[in-house]
Amino acid sequence: MTFTTRIVNGKVYDPMNNIDGEIRDICIEDGRIVESMPDDASRIDAGGMVIMPGGIDIHCHIAGAKVNAGRKLMPEDHRRDPHPETAFTRSGTGGIVPSTFATGYRYATLGYTTAMEAAVPPITARHTLEELDCTPIIDKGFYVLLGNNIFLHNLLREGRHEEFRQTIAWWVNATKAYTTKLVNPCGDEPWKGQRNKNITDIDEKVDGISPRIIIEAFVNAVNAMGFPHPPHIHCNNLGHSGNYKTTLETMRTAGDQRLHVAHIQFHSYGGVTGKNPTSKAAEIIEYVNQHPNITCDIGQVMFGNATIMTADAPLAYVLRGFNKNKWVNADTECESGCGILPFTYQEHVYTHTMQWAIGLEMFLLSEDPWRVILSTDHPNGGSFMNYPKLIRLLMDKSFRREEMGRVNQKAIAKTALNDLDREYTLNEIAIITRAGPARALGLKNKGHLGPGADADITIYDEMEDKEMMFNAPRYVIKSGIPIIADHEFRGDHTGRLLHITPEYDQSIEETVKPFFESFYSVEFGNYAIDDSYMHDHEVIQTTKTS
Amino acid sequence: MSENIRTVKNVTCTFCGCVCDDMELTIDIDENRITKAKNACTLGRAWFAEHGIQDLPAAMIDGKEVSVEAAIEESAQILTKAKFPIIYGLSSTTCEAQSQAVAIADYMHGTIDSTSSVCHGPTGMAFQGVGESTMTLGEVKNRADLVIFWGCNPAVSHPRLFTRYAVTATGMFMPKGKKDRTIVLVDVRKTESSPVANINIRVKPGKDFEMIWALRALIKGKKIDPSIEEVTGVSLEALQDLAERMKNCRYGVIFFGMGLTMARGRHFNIGALLSLATDLNEHTHFVVRSARGHGNVSGGDQVITWSTGYPFGVNFNLGYPRFNPGEFTTVDTLCSGAADAAMFIASDPASNFPKAAIEHMKRIPVITLDAKHTMTSSLSHVAFTTSTYGINTGGTVYRMDDVPIALRKAYDSPFPSDEKILTAIKNRVIELTHAKRGASDTREKRKVA
Repeated sequence: MTFTTRIVNGKVYDPMNNIDGEIRDICIEDGRIVESMPDDASRIDAGGMVIMPGGIDIHCHIAGAKVNAGRKLMPEDHRRDPHPETAFTRSGTGGIVPSTFATGYRYATLGYTTAMEAAVPPITARHTLEELDCTPIIDKGFYVLLGNNIFLHNLLREGRHEEFRQTIAWWVNATKAYTTKLVNPCGDEPWKGQRNKNITDIDEKVDGISPRIIIEAFVNAVNAMGFPHPPHIHCNNLGHSGNYKTTLETMRTAGDQRLHVAHIQFHSYGGVTGKNPTSKAAEIIEYVNQHPNITCDIGQVMFGNATIMTADAPLAYVLRGFNKNKWVNADTECESGCGILPFTYQEHVYTHTMQWAIGLEMFLLSEDPWRVILSTDHPNGGSFMNYPKLIRLLMDKSFRREEMGRVNQKAIAKTALNDLDREYTLNEIAIITRAGPARALGLKNKGHLGPGADADITIYDEMEDKEMMFNAPRYVIKSGIPIIADHEFRGDHTGRLLHITPEYDQSIEETVKPFFESFYSVEFGNYAIDDSYMHDHEVIQTTKTS
Repeated sequence: MSENIRTVKNVTCTFCGCVCDDMELTIDIDENRITKAKNACTLGRAWFAEHGIQDLPAAMIDGKEVSVEAAIEESAQILTKAKFPIIYGLSSTTCEAQSQAVAIADYMHGTIDSTSSVCHGPTGMAFQGVGESTMTLGEVKNRADLVIFWGCNPAVSHPRLFTRYAVTATGMFMPKGKKDRTIVLVDVRKTESSPVANINIRVKPGKDFEMIWALRALIKGKKIDPSIEEVTGVSLEALQDLAERMKNCRYGVIFFGMGLTMARGRHFNIGALLSLATDLNEHTHFVVRSARGHGNVSGGDQVITWSTGYPFGVNFNLGYPRFNPGEFTTVDTLCSGAADAAMFIASDPASNFPKAAIEHMKRIPVITLDAKHTMTSSLSHVAFTTSTYGINTGGTVYRMDDVPIALRKAYDSPFPSDEKILTAIKNRVIELTHAKRGASDTREKRKVA
């Protein structure tokens, strides 16, 4: 179904093309934005409305083994929040971890049209692809977990860097991933093999290699191969007081090469491990401001219910210790760990307020919105359904002050939040939710409204209350197809898988295979994912520089 | 045997939850028969050897051959005219087919349930209550130095669980296989699996919960009275010894089966066992895993969960999913007489359900999809013969440890796959329910008003 239309009279926010609130026509044909079209084409009158590219979530957990375990874990949460069918859309359930169908539709109801699943163990990538195929409307991709991969560690330990690079490329191809993900590198072996221990320092060695060695090797390899998005890292010591030093060292390890630091708020704490955290937002964001090679997403904490789901299994176990609530641990052979538990961020709790405030401080101290991207690390800091409220917190300082009055005052007093009067503009919001993530991901056809861009478009009624405004776009168009019109679903759409296919020397398979035969429980010949799982997909090009 | 022989490597055996993917099949193409299944266990060999193309029509209505199209139309009509249509089975078909079945249930506002409700449903419910610490089978092979089997008999039900994954298998930190491990078996009787174990513990029937609870207490450092032996049949010394072994191993694993889920206590037993494994993580690394039976029963849980948020027993009567085991599970919807039409996919409930449920099946229109003639298909109004997953059709299945595996087709079948039939029924159901799903209608009416 193709849809040809001209959107007229709307205020366009398209930062990539330096358009900041001008009234412009947007023309759509065959799923793309085009320069112009005949006057007799159908029209959408967007008078009094704001037009932006569709939102892009650079870091969320929406599909795959751990997400489904989190879903299954919380029937009580689904029961409270059913997602009924419409004439055009499937039914599902919501809550903090919605069903796949509800996930796609709910992103659309916020005007988001692309989302990246941020942590997938390679052996369960097939599961993620199956779920993404059942996640409607949005385009999507995923990051494959390779930072605790035993085979890759072995290569590094033996200094076989060229084979290391080839193997990464093989693994990305074999899983149909978008980039590599590192989570608490070196942390899995102490957890699984040394009675639930963890590591605490970037230079601590586990069997001869340290997190720093791994981070450096990934930064070198992935940048050399020119992946559109660099290694996406969840640093060591997430959530622990004093972890900002680890975060700074992680960023320094990248030198001037590209690196994306995930949910950086969770890594910006001062103080002493085991004691209450202090804010090191200023120190961390200063480093980001000064280093254009670094991109990050915030991982804002929002008060209320959340679900911790992470490949950082030791961290989940620490959090489990607080309330002894139900907890999932899942070990994946040779590749990863995983921890899942329900969690609630509470206004009166010092640490939770501190986390909330640090995230906001970082947004407000950021000097380059293109590189400091909006996320809640859904569902870890709270559901993506909190984005409209988060946008209001950034755009409306009186609302922010009101909210600050409701939280732990002892914690607030220790942050700089009281002194920060900045208010984000609509243009800056368009950057941190659209143009910025598109650029960080290397998605040239997304995040903007110039000719040739994917016709992923959101049209909001302009309102004073920005939470209300961003909560209910009047129109959402995905790949040129009208999905939402007058706030109601008018269409359904499958969405595309976004992935990369870096070149590699196929002889590397002969190096990998013997390891599989000895230590995996599936056959090497059945491991790589074939094209039957691809459905609608788009290969994003790598730019090999060496 | 003909000359026309072909071999296929890395084929997956979908008979049990082990889902071993290292079969090497020799196929006699002219006779449509598998003549050899290298690497298969006794169950796998029988699964492949007994498989042939059935001499059955692709579709029947009331026992008479009809076109597949006519049977699809009849099925869609039955399902959409019913007030409380149910779908059940799913454990021996692909995820792709399961996904279509969930879509049908959603569009027709029906009920969907898998064989989980009569095997590891209690495991799912216990998981919802307390979570679990678990692992993929490769972790057991590489790391487990203490392996406990509780209420299961893998020597008979999952023969290669011992050799390929958990007992004699050698791995990264277990180079000598069984010599590096301690194997414990807890059961109410001596079984075919008993000889494998270093320690056999015989618990009194129906007293598993009490034994698990006593272990939890010992591991928490509480005192237990020696009279525990009268309750559980296991001496305090034996319990203390097991508790110490559990605390002191490096990587401990418990596999459990229907001896726990379908015995007195059901999800209480499993909740206790999952909690025991969780508790042990205070001392060491400890995990637990249900030894699932059918080849893709785990996949059914996965697909239904990602589509609806709930693993089995899901009802769409209100236009969105609700979960209530005991109300929306199939034995209950049949015995209560609520179901007024049923579609059974890749399972044979007429051979093992309670009498009241089978009696009700005979009163309502039943649709079956199965590769073979079964007791259920013989009482069906509409019966499809479909191709067998993992032999005549590809697709995805989930092993008992939730690792997804892609199937390879060994040779062609004249019959369509479950996925193909279900997709066609779904498309027809969408057409027939369009008005009922009519948010569009309401919108039209609103405009008129």
